[in-house]
Amino acid sequence: MLIIDNLHVRVAGKDILKGLTLSVKAGEVHAVMGPNGAGKSTLGHVLAGRDDYEVTAGTVTCDGVNLLALAPEERAAAGVFLAFQYPVEIPGVNNTYFLRAALNAQRKRRGEPELDSMQFLKLVRERLKVMQLSPDLLSRAVNEGFSGGEKKRNEIFQMAVLEPKLAILDETDSGLDIDALKQVADGVNALRAADRAFIVVTHYQRLLDYIVPDFVHVLADGRIVESGDRTLALKLEEHGYAWVAGRQPAASAA
Amino acid sequence: MSNAFAVAVGEAAAATLPRLPGAGVAWLDAARRAHLAAFLRDGLPAARNEAWKYTSLRALEQRALALGDADAAARAVDAQALALPGVNGPRMVFVNGAFRADLSYIDDLPEGLELQPLASVLARDAESLRGVFGATATDAFDRLNATLAGDGVLLRVATGARIAAPVHLVYLGAPAVADLAWHARAVIELGADAELAVVEQHGGAGPHAHLGTLVSDIRLQHGAHLQWNVLQEADTGATLIRRSAFRLAADAVVTLHALELGGALVRHAITAALEGDRACFVSRGVFAPGGRQHLETRLDIRHRRRDTASDALWRGVADGRGRGVLHGAITIEAGADGAAAQLGNKNLLLSAHAEIDTQPVLEIHADEVKASHGATVGQLDERALFYLRSRGLPLEQARALLTSAFCRVALDGLDNAPLREHLAARLAQHLPRLAGDVEA
Repeated sequence: MLIIDNLHVRVAGKDILKGLTLSVKAGEVHAVMGPNGAGKSTLGHVLAGRDDYEVTAGTVTCDGVNLLALAPEERAAAGVFLAFQYPVEIPGVNNTYFLRAALNAQRKRRGEPELDSMQFLKLVRERLKVMQLSPDLLSRAVNEGFSGGEKKRNEIFQMAVLEPKLAILDETDSGLDIDALKQVADGVNALRAADRAFIVVTHYQRLLDYIVPDFVHVLADGRIVESGDRTLALKLEEHGYAWVAGRQPAASAA
Repeated sequence: MSNAFAVAVGEAAAATLPRLPGAGVAWLDAARRAHLAAFLRDGLPAARNEAWKYTSLRALEQRALALGDADAAARAVDAQALALPGVNGPRMVFVNGAFRADLSYIDDLPEGLELQPLASVLARDAESLRGVFGATATDAFDRLNATLAGDGVLLRVATGARIAAPVHLVYLGAPAVADLAWHARAVIELGADAELAVVEQHGGAGPHAHLGTLVSDIRLQHGAHLQWNVLQEADTGATLIRRSAFRLAADAVVTLHALELGGALVRHAITAALEGDRACFVSRGVFAPGGRQHLETRLDIRHRRRDTASDALWRGVADGRGRGVLHGAITIEAGADGAAAQLGNKNLLLSAHAEIDTQPVLEIHADEVKASHGATVGQLDERALFYLRSRGLPLEQARALLTSAFCRVALDGLDNAPLREHLAARLAQHLPRLAGDVEA
């Protein structure tokens, strides 16, 4: 599904990703771990299409389509979803209105019929079973005044409604207490499917106790330096990132 | 003055004054001649005039405009298109400044409401308008208007009368053989404890580049309540100069909401004199110039008595080569102790060539007052834009959504829900087109 080959990205004049290679198949969950400053968040943002991130070399394709040539909204319609580490507060824009507009914009771009408000409400009620959000949050402005946990749950709720093919979770566990972490993980697990892939970006192994990955990669200094199964995460927990710091880029991951 | 505009005014006035409604009434003839003489002496304001430093009239000075439209009664207007949601009361329509009885409903008025064309009042009972037409004019356009306005609105609400349905006042520009100037006057009086809502609407019935002036004198007696809503969607070529002058007696309350979207060069001067204790003036509005539009709103709020209150909250959005101006002057005069005044104006620039000038001016000569003002000019939040796009919203839709949300607070307080939603929808429809044709 997703093939990232030798990706180099520069942000504000500084090289952040320096030859990242990763491929992800449908149905798989890949965890990307790494120390602060390794380029973890840059990976998520560049996949979602931030235009102030400059790709200086490499390619990214999703189901054969050159993702890097697409605008953020085109990537969304192609099935890419980024759950933000810091979801943005948007005063004055109603949460439900925004989500319906987003879903219909995606459907329109894909040539699918748009949902009317009744159909949309039905969908929202179904998806609320995946991720409990109080109706109050649905009728408020997007993320405005939400607690940290509410913001993260809102991200997963949006994901449940938009049903992406490839979801990138950017440090979704940061700032969550253990109950909120479990809720978010339950939401993600409920959305695991044979035709959907996840890239779970995290600093800590803890999240991976709840969202069990098929593969774990270690990102250091802009490259994947180690790949393995879920036991790699446990090894990291034990030895710390210093253990992988000096390693050369690993061969292309599975 | 020898510019084309003034010469045309002089010639037109000589021919028109003897035929204007009310001509032959000695004091009115004298007042009109005095206003004309003053206009011809001083002409249009120059750029060095502080009150006009943001709005250049040099192009207007070069235009010799015909006065009025002899065929106004025959101009085609789609009456159905005039209807507004939530606005189903009496209606008066003016086309190129002339009253159109065929498009208006002023029969079967509710008890306590008097509504009629100003021309007929001038012809029958000019004396009752002496306070308006005999008064001193504030600037060149007031002089022009006082000289040449022969029609408009007379609206009176009797003491204690509560008029439920909003009164709809529509001013349209319609294409004529040549571009022309029209001048209309509205005289509004609310008796003690009266209640009224008015919708002032400006539109175009086809492309033109007319000059329109409208002066509204609005007076509230003790305890009267007025909601004044403005939807300005003049034709893209139109020049529109308006003054709304409010005078409030004790305990009177005015709530104004304005949406300024249309016109090429538009200026709306709002003056509010709080002349009685506890009088309150609330103004909210959005101006959204795009293309090469120039939209100026001027507030001049004067607290004259104790415990008076004013609250102004405005939003500006400019795209293309549009220019927006908000001048907000609040004066708290000596003796107006306990006054509370607030002015907020946030603005968004959507293009590198757009410009917004915001100028709060606060003068305080009294004790124990509460006064605050804040003005900002910024751009759309790139992070919010990316967030919306990452969920699938196209760039233009994301920009429009954020811009609408930014403006929304200025309309939220409008009580008439269908009208409020209509204004929000008109704004939302206007925003994507805002960039306009800047190459032209």
